[in-house]
Order: sequence, then structure tokens, then C-alpha cells
Amino acid sequence: MSQHLTGAESLVKSLEHADVEVVFGIPGGAILPVYDPLMDSPSVRHILVRHEQGAGHAAEGYAAASNRVGVCMATSGPGATNLVTPIADAHMDSVPMVAITGQVPSAFIGSDAFQEADIRGITMPITKHNYLVTRAEDIPRAIKEAFHLASTGRPGPVLVDITKDALQASADFVWPSHVDLPGYKPTTKPHGRQIKEAARMIVDAHRPVFYVGGGVIRSQAHKELRQLAELTGIPVVTTLMARGAFPDSHPQHMGMPGMHGTVGAVGALQKADLLIVLGARFDDRVTGKLESFSPKSKVIHIDIDPAEIGKNRYADIPIVSDVREAISQLIPAVTAEFDAGNRADLTAWWITLNHWRETYPLGYDQPTDGTLSPQYVIERLGKIAGPEAIYAAGVGQHQMWAAQFIGYENPNTWLNSGGLGTMGYSIPAAMGAKVGAQDKTVWAIDGDGCFQMTNQELATCTINDIPIKVALINNASLGMVRQWQNLFYNERYSNTDLHSHSVPDFVKLADAYGCHGIRVSTAEEVDKAIERSMEINDAPVVIDFQVHRDAMVWPMVAAGTGNDEIQFARDLAPQWERGDD
Amino acid sequence: MARHTLSILVQDQPGVLARISALFSRRGYNIESLAVGTTETEGVSRMTVVVNVDQHALEQVTKQLNKLINVLKIVELDDSTAIARELMLIKVKADDHSRTKVLELVELFRAKVVDVSGDAVTIEATGSIDKLEAFLNVLSPHGIKEIVQSGVVALARGGRSIADRSNKNSERSI
Repeated sequence: MSQHLTGAESLVKSLEHADVEVVFGIPGGAILPVYDPLMDSPSVRHILVRHEQGAGHAAEGYAAASNRVGVCMATSGPGATNLVTPIADAHMDSVPMVAITGQVPSAFIGSDAFQEADIRGITMPITKHNYLVTRAEDIPRAIKEAFHLASTGRPGPVLVDITKDALQASADFVWPSHVDLPGYKPTTKPHGRQIKEAARMIVDAHRPVFYVGGGVIRSQAHKELRQLAELTGIPVVTTLMARGAFPDSHPQHMGMPGMHGTVGAVGALQKADLLIVLGARFDDRVTGKLESFSPKSKVIHIDIDPAEIGKNRYADIPIVSDVREAISQLIPAVTAEFDAGNRADLTAWWITLNHWRETYPLGYDQPTDGTLSPQYVIERLGKIAGPEAIYAAGVGQHQMWAAQFIGYENPNTWLNSGGLGTMGYSIPAAMGAKVGAQDKTVWAIDGDGCFQMTNQELATCTINDIPIKVALINNASLGMVRQWQNLFYNERYSNTDLHSHSVPDFVKLADAYGCHGIRVSTAEEVDKAIERSMEINDAPVVIDFQVHRDAMVWPMVAAGTGNDEIQFARDLAPQWERGDD
Repeated sequence: MARHTLSILVQDQPGVLARISALFSRRGYNIESLAVGTTETEGVSRMTVVVNVDQHALEQVTKQLNKLINVLKIVELDDSTAIARELMLIKVKADDHSRTKVLELVELFRAKVVDVSGDAVTIEATGSIDKLEAFLNVLSPHGIKEIVQSGVVALARGGRSIADRSNKNSERSI
């Protein structure tokens, strides 16, 4: 049975068929026809944001917290180009997202019409796929395919650009029963022989490590991962994108690897004889200088994207598969090896690992001048808000501290911009996460630099009853850049002083946005402020934590150096040799 | 680095050429030659792309191309088992004194004269890249006024078509 609908009506109907519950967006000329039928949709809620970038990050936060496809909408030209940053962000971090944009009428395309931008051309390299739809009858199929592409295989953003005349024309509405994409058939099941070989390599290794990436969270493989880890007794490291995929409290968890990882996690990768790579991509922030990364290890690389395998590091056993499916098949394969008596002794490896862990724990110095330590604030926040809360960070020092000092126990509770490193991600992403997980407490952990890029979405939060909480780690500077200037540019602080202990007054700003504003500048006030925030649910809360600006993120592998050159504090390198090599 | 010829079957949709050429430039690979045309199957176009890259880069570019939704199949055509041809139109100076010599060369390379004027001839030549290069070398003393060439097109030898080859997605590992 088909109905005769306008393109705009059929778009709204398509979104309903795709089970969309919320769209973040802003109307404008070319997309305007959609906003009329959208008012009447019984199931699709539209949240009017204040900047299209906010819509995009909100869709990302929604997706990351709920494992559903996030949807954002904007008009043509500047509306669409404002979505470019979040689309690129979602592309780098494999976030399932559908972006819908209005386009000038098809007869005007190419004429430099008012608010015309070739958004399909612009987003080609930063989307999994994109569409330009010029006929009303093509809208349902494009939407159906877009949601299928965004959510299957390696997830990612898909953009659907629809001309205004297509939205205004009429056509019979037919929701396609299936998708027909002959060029898109992701391999989701592993090859049986590869699994057997991998199992054999795993039980034979004396210094194996599970190198866990964000793919484990996207494929919801955390339960299977825990099962396999406990079955084998092999240590686990979780990358920035994978925090929460394996409980931080678990004795086999060695922490986060990479530029600001723990000595134990970095050491585990460096000295391993086998890396079992699960949905990770050997990002340069994890590997350091590639030539000296984990020099003695063989690699089992499991990823749903064949192009990630062998891209940066040769894989001895490549396995193209959904990571959850692959782990599920590895469990019985490894069990069979164990039953046959094949099991290497990991005792010596664990002695080494425990030695590193005990000798080089994460830590920080309290400032001596009585000012507030940013690490302390974040540590207390993690303790008080607990592992059931969702934390969305911006980008910079506070992001690294939030990755280090909050204990993550569950997947989808740590949201951040890992690949693109987008300052401004936190507030809108926290907003989207709160919409996607309404029963959870959602904390934005943001820096004063990041916050000033997207804090206008606090208005959206207040008005739409989205009570997020913001821990503003305000060191009055672009902290990470300042840290590099301290370390590598002779303490010449060029253009990193934001003066944000005085301008703007964040408590007044919070007040202006209808949020509760609290200022904290001493350690004694920290717990009380966080506890008070936890009790407030009628509006967003912003705590302006005015912190010490010279705090640094440690450990650190300086850019361009190898992981062996990690320093756990300024000019202090760990001794690797004790224990085992 | 070595020259590789890729045959790519794509869905004939707007923007597909842009997607492919953008992918090459975004990943930092230069296209030496590119030819596009329709195929025996409606809605499917075939691109022949020649790239000069090492083996690792070739593997990456093939995998990245495979990720494009509109790409149906990619096959690398090996020089020894494929026929590769290029078409070239060459305008060479040729007056009453030199015309005979130029025509001899045309004969020798089994090319064809397609236009003659008082001071020049236009030659149509097809062949492998090497043959066309050799042809240009011997013509150049006469004065080459203008050249235009197509990209390389290539087909595998033997009875099997590209459609008979294994599909891109049945490839589980590298």
C-alpha cells in the first residue's frame, strides 16, 4: 500500500520507519519543507540546537551512549558546512550517524545560488557514503540505505543531501523492504582456519597482550572480551577509544597505552611477543614511532575493516570480522587448545607486568601554592559520580586526565573525540548522550578553551530539559598546547593564555543560560560541589573548577619518539630491564 | 615502485569518478592514467587506472577503493597476462620534403594517417605505452606540434571475463 506524499512528508515518514526517536538540527531555507511535517510526527522528536556543529556532536554523543544511529539535520550552504567538523569526527571514530541536509533546488545547482554549497563533494572524504537526492521518489531508499550503511560493517557517518524541489514534489511513498547495495557486503564472520591458527598462537605466546580498541565498544563485545581475557589470563590494555570496554578494576587490566598511557600498558605492548589486536588501528598516538613499536611481537589483527589490517603494522594473522563474532569463536578454539594441554606459562610475564604496575602507578603532584590540582578534581568526580555515570570529555589535558583518573567499568560511559581531536565536542556530545540515556547521570568534563567553542548548547539543554552536568577544568589556558610550549618551546607561552579565570565569568554565564553555576577554587570545596551537583536535576549545572595551570599530563611519549622513551614524570624514564625482558 | 594497472567495475552513478579520483589524491597516490567507459552490463562502468606505487601502497589503495560503496570489483591486471592499449593522436610537421619519411614511420609502426595538410599530418596510433613512446621518439626529429592521448585500457587474456573473477567481498584476508 502506498501513500501519495510530498518529499518532505516522505522523509519524515522514512525517519519514522528507521525508528528514529530524535533529530538534532536547525531549520533554514532549503530544509524548511521538512520542518512542517516534522511538527506532526508522533515519534520523531526534534531538538533545536544553537549551532549545527552542536547538532552533529549531539548526534555523535547520542550514538556513542545508546549504540543507536544519531541523526542531525541542517539547511544548505552554511548549515551544511557547519556539520563538516562533527561528520569528520564521526568518520574518524566510527560513529554511526546520518546527517540530512537541504540543498538548493536542482535547477539552481552549480549556479552559485544563495546558500549553495556542494556538501556532497565537500563530505566525500569524510563520510562512509553520501547521497544527493533530486527526486521525491528516491528519498525513502536513500534514507533506508543511509541507516543501513551507518550502522553496519564499520560504522560511520552518511550524509543525505536533498534538494528543495525534491522535498516539495510529490510521489508515492514506498518504504523499501530491503537494501540493494551490490558493492557493500561487509565480512562479519571470521575465517575458521584463521581462528584456529590464532588460537594456537595465543596459547603458545609467553608475553601476549590484548590490545583493545574502540571496535570492541561499537560491536558490543565487552562481555565476550572479558570471557576470553579471563579464560586466557592474558593482560589487557584499552586505548583511548576503548576505555570502559574492560573494567578498570579488573586485575588483568594494565590501563591505557599510548602517548599518555600508563607505563605498565606501554611496557606491555613494547615487550610483548604477541599482540592480539581487537578492533584497534595502530593509531600513531598509540604506537609512537612505528619502527620501534612493539619490536618483538607477532600480530593477530581482528577488524571489520580490511583496510585497517596491514595499514600501519604487518599482521601475521589477519582476521576480517566483526570483533564480537571473532572473539566468540576464539573462546572455544582456545579452550580446545587448553584441553589438548597447550598452554604457555605466563607467570614470568605477570611478574614483570606487576613490577611495572607497582613501580610506576599513575600519579600527580599536588600544587605547593594551595591552588587546585586538576587531576584531583577529576579523580574525585570519578569517585563520587561513579562508574554508572557517562563522561564526555573535550580535547586536551582534561581529556587525558579524565581517561586516566576516572575508573571506567562499563562500555559506552566514556565519550570523547579520539581520532579528530575536536575541541568543543564535550558539551553537545554530553547533551546528546543524556537524550540517548535519560536515566544516566551525564558529566561533561571540559576545558575552558573547549567550553568556549560550543557552550551555547547549554541554552538547548536548559530549554529542552536535558540536565547535563559540566565539570569545567578551568586553567585559564589552552593547557595541552601550553604543556608542549613548556616542554619543547622554552616556556614561551605564545597565545595560550585565555584569561578565563576572569573573562568570562563562567558562573554568571551559567546563570545567564539558566544553569546552576558553582565556583570552586580550593580542594576542600570539591566534594561538596560535586555532591550538590549530583542532587540537582531540574537544570544543567556548571562547576567552574579554577585549577592550577602548570599541571602536566604524565606519563608522556613525546611526539616523534618511540614508546621505549616514555617518561612517567619530567625527565624520569622507567627502568625496563628489571624483572624480564 | 612499479606500474600497476587496476580494472575497477563501478556502479554508473553521478559522482563516482570524483569519489575515485579524490580517494587517490587524499591517500597521496598519483594516477598515471585513467580511462572510463561503459561495459556490456547496463549501469556498470569500467575504469582502468594506472598507478605507480609500491606493493604496500597498492594493497592499501585497493582496499580503500573497495570500501567505496559504488565500487563493485577491482582486479589488478598483470602486464604479462593482460592486453593494455592506449590511443594517441599526433600532429607532426610534414612538408613536401619530409612527408614521405614520416609516412614510412607511420607504416613501420602500423599507425594511420587521419588528416593531411600542407605542413602537417595527423596520425592515429594505438598500442602499448612502450610502443607509443618509441613511436614518439622517432617522430620527434620531424617536429611534434601536438599530442593527445587516451588513458590505458586493458583486458585480461583468455576466455574469462572480469565478472567471472572472485568478487571483492569474498576476499576474507589479504
